[in-house]
Amino acid sequence: MADLEKIMKEENIVYKKTKVLTDNVMHYCPGCSHGVVHKLIAEVIEELGIQDKTIGISPVGCSVFAYNYIDIDWQEAAHGRAPANATATKRLMPDKFVFSYQGDGDLASIGAAETLHACNRGENITMIFINNAMYGMTGGQMAPTTLVGMKTSTTPYGRNIDLNGYPMKMTEIVASLPGTCYVTRQSVHDAASVKRCKKAIKKGFENQAKKIGTSFIEITSTCNSGWKMPPVEANKWMEKHMFAYYPQGDLKDAERDNPDDYIKYIK
Amino acid sequence: MGELKLMKGNEVIAEAAIRCGCDGYFGYPITPQSEVMETLMARKPWETTGMVVLQAESEVASINMVYGGASCGKKVMTTSSSPGISLMQEGITYIAGAELPCLIMNCVRGGPGLGTIQPAQSDYFQACKGGGHGDYHLIVLAPSSVQEMNDFVNLGFELAFKYRNPAMILSDGAIGQMMEKVELADYKPRWTDEEIEKISGDWATTGKKANRKQHIITSLELDSEIMEKLNHKLQAKYKKMEEEEVRYEEIQCDDAEYIFVAYGSSARICQKSIQIAREKGIKVGLLRPITLYPFPTKPIQKLAEKVKGMLSVEMSAGQMVEDVRLAVNGKIPVEHFGRLGGIIPSPIEVVEALEQKIIGGK
Repeated sequence: MADLEKIMKEENIVYKKTKVLTDNVMHYCPGCSHGVVHKLIAEVIEELGIQDKTIGISPVGCSVFAYNYIDIDWQEAAHGRAPANATATKRLMPDKFVFSYQGDGDLASIGAAETLHACNRGENITMIFINNAMYGMTGGQMAPTTLVGMKTSTTPYGRNIDLNGYPMKMTEIVASLPGTCYVTRQSVHDAASVKRCKKAIKKGFENQAKKIGTSFIEITSTCNSGWKMPPVEANKWMEKHMFAYYPQGDLKDAERDNPDDYIKYIK
Repeated sequence: MGELKLMKGNEVIAEAAIRCGCDGYFGYPITPQSEVMETLMARKPWETTGMVVLQAESEVASINMVYGGASCGKKVMTTSSSPGISLMQEGITYIAGAELPCLIMNCVRGGPGLGTIQPAQSDYFQACKGGGHGDYHLIVLAPSSVQEMNDFVNLGFELAFKYRNPAMILSDGAIGQMMEKVELADYKPRWTDEEIEKISGDWATTGKKANRKQHIITSLELDSEIMEKLNHKLQAKYKKMEEEEVRYEEIQCDDAEYIFVAYGSSARICQKSIQIAREKGIKVGLLRPITLYPFPTKPIQKLAEKVKGMLSVEMSAGQMVEDVRLAVNGKIPVEHFGRLGGIIPSPIEVVEALEQKIIGGK
């Protein structure tokens, strides 16, 4: 113990929890991606120095309590309506940083209209989309993003195309809308992906200051309880099956890909 | 004397919003109230007062934009008509649950379903008894003239902020569409950030300063013990409104033997009916509720001590009549008369109904 106290000195610290993350114990299941993504958002807010200017909009779903963990002002939206709250908040306070944090049921199913129209209007907000292919909070029902054949509590024999239609590629859809400036698909299942994801989130927030449209960041995630898999197995399953249908990386970066259009847009 | 104009009720809502320093309007087109957003878009207040005006993708989105704007301590509003207001009920109950101020105008048309685009008063239950899920109330103001459409925008915001509660102007297709002389209010500037800090600084989501705790706007509480306390707090607020905010008008009630109880368009018709009835020697007066919630229960009780009967006149199948009966509590006969589906009753019909249902009845 004495040795430990000797080591725990300011000059020896190589990693430390950001102050933007509260000390509340998270309610998420072991292996869940939410905790990691929360941490990344909190770190980005600290690094950009925008804690006093950021308003988060939390969804209905497992991350409904996101406000307990990230120490900023929050609005808890109705199911699927976070982009509507975010739209008004940003338009009424254009100098603030506004982001919505939503799961796949919230963003791609009940809130599909709000999502598409906020992106289509090019609201200067950042949308964080946690896609774990399942309704986690209500006990693992089928989501629009559930893969074909995947077993959930409402597709006990596996998702069947005839019965349930196809898994929805929401991120590809919003990338096709002229209002989005940055659309990317990331994950947080290993050290390298966590680093890449943080960079993407940071870019999403930085885009708000440039006022160039909606930044949309999907984070392909795991749901250990819903998938009924231990964390390591879930990560492997995600890499093999989820990444095949939901390919990782940037889908659109208007500033990089179309600098001329981008300049026209911000003019 | 303020500026005098001849204007439509719906246009006046837009004009009054700009003049009272409203920060944001979020709406979706629906007959018979589309003039509100059309007027705002033509007036371009974002260039003058800085007011945000946005056409949303649906009524669901517009009420949740109001939820977002109200969370920031801003003066925000939406307007719609019956089917659109039904779609908004989810957002309205969240706003009531999160105790946020905002203004909603319902230009009522006949229902149920898609119904008709003609005026009706068949959304009384929805407006006054909750509308969405859970135990809550809106502050409900019932204008009976274009002038009151103007006045109630400011009053609605005042009461909404006083109680941190959504307020509704319950208008109808007739009040919204008709043109009358109106005295407009003077321009009030929008609140500055400092003023918002003073008014809503202990709850609004304006960005967490280093010297304060997080502000979290939510209606969620999973601990039932706490949720019950939150409900009691809401109920205490409603009780205070019932004690302090009842507004009504009495017309020719002093010598009256019978009373019409009517609001909005119906109250206008009843004024003519009073004239016709009195020419026939029937002494009738009018009690016009201005606040439908809180309902003028006590004034009606008082009148019930001295009159022989009351007729609730509504363009519905009989909704407000239930509250009149609750107030009167069996002391005297209370009947309902109304036309449905967008039909406006004639003053003579109303007098005939009084004669048949109350005077000749018993």
